[in-house]
Amino acid sequence: MIDRIALLGRGTLEMLAAVGRAGLFLVQSIICLPSREGLHLWLRQMHFVGVMSVAIVLVSGLFIGMVLALQGFTILVGFGADEALGQMVALSLVRELAPVVAALLFAGRAGSALTAEIGLMKATEQLTSMEMIGVDPLRRIVAPRLWAGFVSLPILTVIFGVVGIWGGYLVGVKWLGVYDGSFWSNMQDSVSFVGDVLNGMVKSLVFGLVVTWIAVFQGYDLIPTSEGISRATTRTVVYASLAVLGLDFVLTALMFGDLG
Amino acid sequence: MKRNSLLELGVGIFMLAGILGLVFLGLRVSGLGVGVPNDTFTLNANFSNIGGLRPNAKVTMAGVRVGKVTDIELDPKWFDAKVIMELDSEYDGKLSEDTTAAILTSGLLGEQYIGLTVGGAPDTLHDGDVIRDTQQALVLEELIQQFVSNMAN
Repeated sequence: MIDRIALLGRGTLEMLAAVGRAGLFLVQSIICLPSREGLHLWLRQMHFVGVMSVAIVLVSGLFIGMVLALQGFTILVGFGADEALGQMVALSLVRELAPVVAALLFAGRAGSALTAEIGLMKATEQLTSMEMIGVDPLRRIVAPRLWAGFVSLPILTVIFGVVGIWGGYLVGVKWLGVYDGSFWSNMQDSVSFVGDVLNGMVKSLVFGLVVTWIAVFQGYDLIPTSEGISRATTRTVVYASLAVLGLDFVLTALMFGDLG
Repeated sequence: MKRNSLLELGVGIFMLAGILGLVFLGLRVSGLGVGVPNDTFTLNANFSNIGGLRPNAKVTMAGVRVGKVTDIELDPKWFDAKVIMELDSEYDGKLSEDTTAAILTSGLLGEQYIGLTVGGAPDTLHDGDVIRDTQQALVLEELIQQFVSNMAN
């Protein structure tokens, strides 16, 4: 019995220690003076994390927008309110789907790769060697990746939203025959730039930070074996997805909770 | 070196796509005006029932959009709804004092908005004035109730 309680205590302490390590890790790596070389490293990571994720974001954004319009139309047409399709597609994309789905895709596409990359560096003792020759791995390896994720997820979210709305337009207006003018004017009447678009951006900034943070920390903190790498990669995707979904609820409650 | 510049180009295009996308979301999706917002002036109107009117609903005149509802609050003196709306300043001093405001619905179940109709009085409305002659929103339940009670008689 005593053993069980001690086990619980040890588990809690380990968890708290991991949270503390992760916090210190974030602070240490995010505060770094920008240098020319750092900018170049960041640029390379932007290419890997951001530019290479554009294709998956484009395709899934297009299909999600198209499905949204198709489903919305069949429901709305029953009320004779198919003109409200534009506002439905735009609001659900800008407020919810673009930040969340882009973050989930990002966690799967870029987050897992970051964990595996840093994990392999640790397993092959590249990080230790860097410290030996006086290069700070937090600055050299972690910081550019963190910043790249933080900057590129909002951009991916914007691309997702635009493509999704275009997909909704294709299905709703071009295929199902919703009137073009009311599609856009209803959308413009109901979507507010600060309240909806910018709040969506704030969401994706938070998600970008959290997802890349989890990804690099899992890579940096793993047990340096091949099994450890595979576990950490899985953990990255699971934790990041859960964090995104949970945080999304909290953020939504804060932003739109009092909308009545 | 060539590879590097290609990479930089890729990231540049990526950033540019993000900025352009944000501009699209601003202008096309949320209907943000370009440049400085138009000058506006404020009018108030009291309605005995606003139905489903919400802030940001449009204010029209002969079907043309001339402004929007900025705020709706309960008037504690009369216990009716006080609707505050902003109209383009080009109509400041042009609307006659006996202008009427009605809450209309676009379509059977569409959004509600305010329609203004000018009267013939020589005096005009200015910033902060109150529209006296208003027509409350059409509430479907009340109509049905009336219809049913008429049928019963």
